Amino acid sequence: MSERVLPASLRDNPRAEQWIGFEPDRRVRLATGKVELGQGILTALTQIAAEELDVAPGRFRVVSGDTDAAPEEGFTAGSQSIEASGGAIRLVAAEVRTRFLEAAALRLNCAPEALRIEDGAILQDGAATALDYWSLAPLVDLARPVTGTAVLRTPASFRYIGRALPRVDLPGKLFGGGFIHDIAPEGLLHGRSLHRPWPGAVLGPLDEAAIARAAGGAVEVLRIGDFAAVIAPTEALAERALAAAEARARWSGGTPRPVVASEPLALVGAPATDRLLEIPARRSDAAPAADRLEARYLRPFLAHASIGPSVALAHWDGKRLDVQTHSQGVGMLRVALAQALGLDPAAVSVHHRPGAGCYGHNGADDVALDAALIARARPGRPVRVQWSRAQEMSVVPFGSAMVVDLAAGLDTHGRPVDWTMEVWSGTHGQRPGHNGRTNLLAAEALPGAVPTPPAPDVPDVAGFGGLRNAVALYDLPAQRITHHLIERPRLRTSSMRGLGTHGNVFALEGFIDELALRAGEDPLAYRLSLLSDPRARRVLEAVAEMSGWRGRLAGGDGVGWGIAFSRYKNRAAYVGLVAEIAVDQAIALRHIWCAVDAGLVVNPDGAANQIEGGILQAASWTVKEEVRVNEAGVLTNAWEHYPILTFPEVPEVTVRFVGDPADPSLGLGEAALGPTAAAIGNALAYALGARVREMPLTRERIAAALLG
Amino acid sequence: MSETFAFTLNGRPAHVAGRGDAVLVHALRGDLGLNATRFGCGAEACGACMVLLDGTPVQSCTLRLDRVAGRSVVTVEGLGTAEAPHPLQAALLDEQAGQCGYCLSGIQIAAAALLARNPDPSRAEITAALAGNFCRCGAQNRMIAAVQRAARSLRGETS
Repeated sequence: MSERVLPASLRDNPRAEQWIGFEPDRRVRLATGKVELGQGILTALTQIAAEELDVAPGRFRVVSGDTDAAPEEGFTAGSQSIEASGGAIRLVAAEVRTRFLEAAALRLNCAPEALRIEDGAILQDGAATALDYWSLAPLVDLARPVTGTAVLRTPASFRYIGRALPRVDLPGKLFGGGFIHDIAPEGLLHGRSLHRPWPGAVLGPLDEAAIARAAGGAVEVLRIGDFAAVIAPTEALAERALAAAEARARWSGGTPRPVVASEPLALVGAPATDRLLEIPARRSDAAPAADRLEARYLRPFLAHASIGPSVALAHWDGKRLDVQTHSQGVGMLRVALAQALGLDPAAVSVHHRPGAGCYGHNGADDVALDAALIARARPGRPVRVQWSRAQEMSVVPFGSAMVVDLAAGLDTHGRPVDWTMEVWSGTHGQRPGHNGRTNLLAAEALPGAVPTPPAPDVPDVAGFGGLRNAVALYDLPAQRITHHLIERPRLRTSSMRGLGTHGNVFALEGFIDELALRAGEDPLAYRLSLLSDPRARRVLEAVAEMSGWRGRLAGGDGVGWGIAFSRYKNRAAYVGLVAEIAVDQAIALRHIWCAVDAGLVVNPDGAANQIEGGILQAASWTVKEEVRVNEAGVLTNAWEHYPILTFPEVPEVTVRFVGDPADPSLGLGEAALGPTAAAIGNALAYALGARVREMPLTRERIAAALLG
Repeated sequence: MSETFAFTLNGRPAHVAGRGDAVLVHALRGDLGLNATRFGCGAEACGACMVLLDGTPVQSCTLRLDRVAGRSVVTVEGLGTAEAPHPLQAALLDEQAGQCGYCLSGIQIAAAALLARNPDPSRAEITAALAGNFCRCGAQNRMIAAVQRAARSLRGETS
């Protein structure tokens, strides 16, 4: 066991006391750098700690995402929290248990093997002793680094891992309160910010008296360069002041967005950084091509479109800045805020608080700087800033539009003998700290700000950005994949759930379906003929059984079934997925079945909730969503222009976990996004007898496909 | 001009001072200190701010105080509490029906109104009743199951 490689989270935060502490009233402090976004992570991490410590889950007090009180673990992103933080917590908790058993054995003058722990109490040969974690705590040094050598529990003896424990955070959110939007310290000032509608825009004069008159109350206007904010004692007044200020704001200069005929096709040919990724052949029987197939797939810019607007609180006491945020990375936000404000990071504290749904790099970080700028101008007063709905859907970072071209030469059996792919996309990684920049919206509007250079993409070791899931796992000839990283896409782009996986799997799995059709074979059978990974085969076979998949070829009768496979990031959970749809003029989603192999699943119900949610969100992206822009800004800055899936449009969803609990846990929160898009696209192709390769799969595009 | 508006809030008399064109969601979350009603869009599009007005679900982000005066408002705080949950709230927890939870207040209000008029709603009736409520996390199927579970509970059936 001694050669076990420590998880990065543990290497960065090696002391046991950074993770676990024993508190009065038989409570246990569990600290994590990962934050609750509604994905149930704090419940699952508690289960892991409870398992290895032998303490009931109800005794835990969880501290998360706090620069003063929790380990620094980077961003809560990429379906990595169970593997990264959970992996660390499991090793820490097991080692803490071992150290306490050794201390108890010394006190009781017995062998540690004679002892065990039950809900924190030490038992000797099954009988109670006077000792427990809390009484022994002064004797055990938790400052010592964790070595990662403790023996872990095996699945057969699990008591908490693998059980569907209810979410610890849900009751608070059900009965009211509990969100960052609800935090209202004494003396609170409400701020509303004005942001540039396009890069480099210059803000004309703002008449404070006129704005206060129009708003009907005591409103102040703060100007710092081309950033502006209104400040008011009540929320209602702040909203009226924002409306008055926006109506009077005159923006000029900068680089307004050009009008283009078609997005995302405008990406093709735009200035880009190109690279070639070559994947060695997985089959060696390549014959000369007897046939050839090419196709182009498109994904538009997509919005996070959270139901609640971004919010932050800040307080400046003249020396220290204290920030409350729903950011996914408090440590990086601290550094970025310090950089933007010219402060020492040690003078900034950042604390995570629950926000509305978070699906990636949304406005949370940007609004934190808005609040900090106002707080510094009003020392001693707590400031809360909330974005408007329009800001939430226009000045935030977006998920990038993508163009994906695929081409394959085919042998006489319809199997690929050469394989090329080209991906055009903006960056999928422009979070605070990426590329050494703050990447905070208001920072670029401050006096003396340097224009932001083009951002690189998410590194390959992090699972790629625009090329996430571009590499096919099928037994293919050599894959030649070209990535065109667009230097300046028309919108600010950054990380949105799954990054490139949605566009790439839609394309790849659509193309595989096209190859199956060309070969005259059932799409499931065709996939299995090119897939030797047993876990990949298992999820496809399982979902075929769940959905009653019948081999079939011809479609065109208005009802369609589509199948798709993906292994998220090519290293996380495996997903096989089937969609059943009906199509008249528009798509009606009927039922989606999903088989998942995520190895050991810590909380099956929480995991199912994540898969179900990912399916419905990706279904919404795929059939309904598209950000549209003109030279003045984002047109889709209200729900009426950016519709998302509604209750009557929601398909039934059936999820089953088919993995082996003896296999390590694999990240799954984003694993179903790509397969959902592809299976719906494939189902539509079978229903119509013609393929729509451009998302969203709207009524207009369906009509166009039928007209051929 | 600031005036005082009197109405019934969760069964008790309430007063709030403000302009007649001020909207209820701000009054609830501000002076009245009830945070369950949430601001989502300010344009009656998402359902996050729903309350019952004389028993009918309405969006409070555009509901003027001068339209509320003399009427009865019920918020999530009036449906139940953690100690004494409404059957719908108990069912939402049983089904673990939610992720971020931000939309849950409005969905509770719309679903409670449905259950008050329809003791045995079908899936189609439930989704129609919740058509004005967005859930971005994709927990809709669990919410539908929770409404059905609550209906069984309200009918006295064991689920």
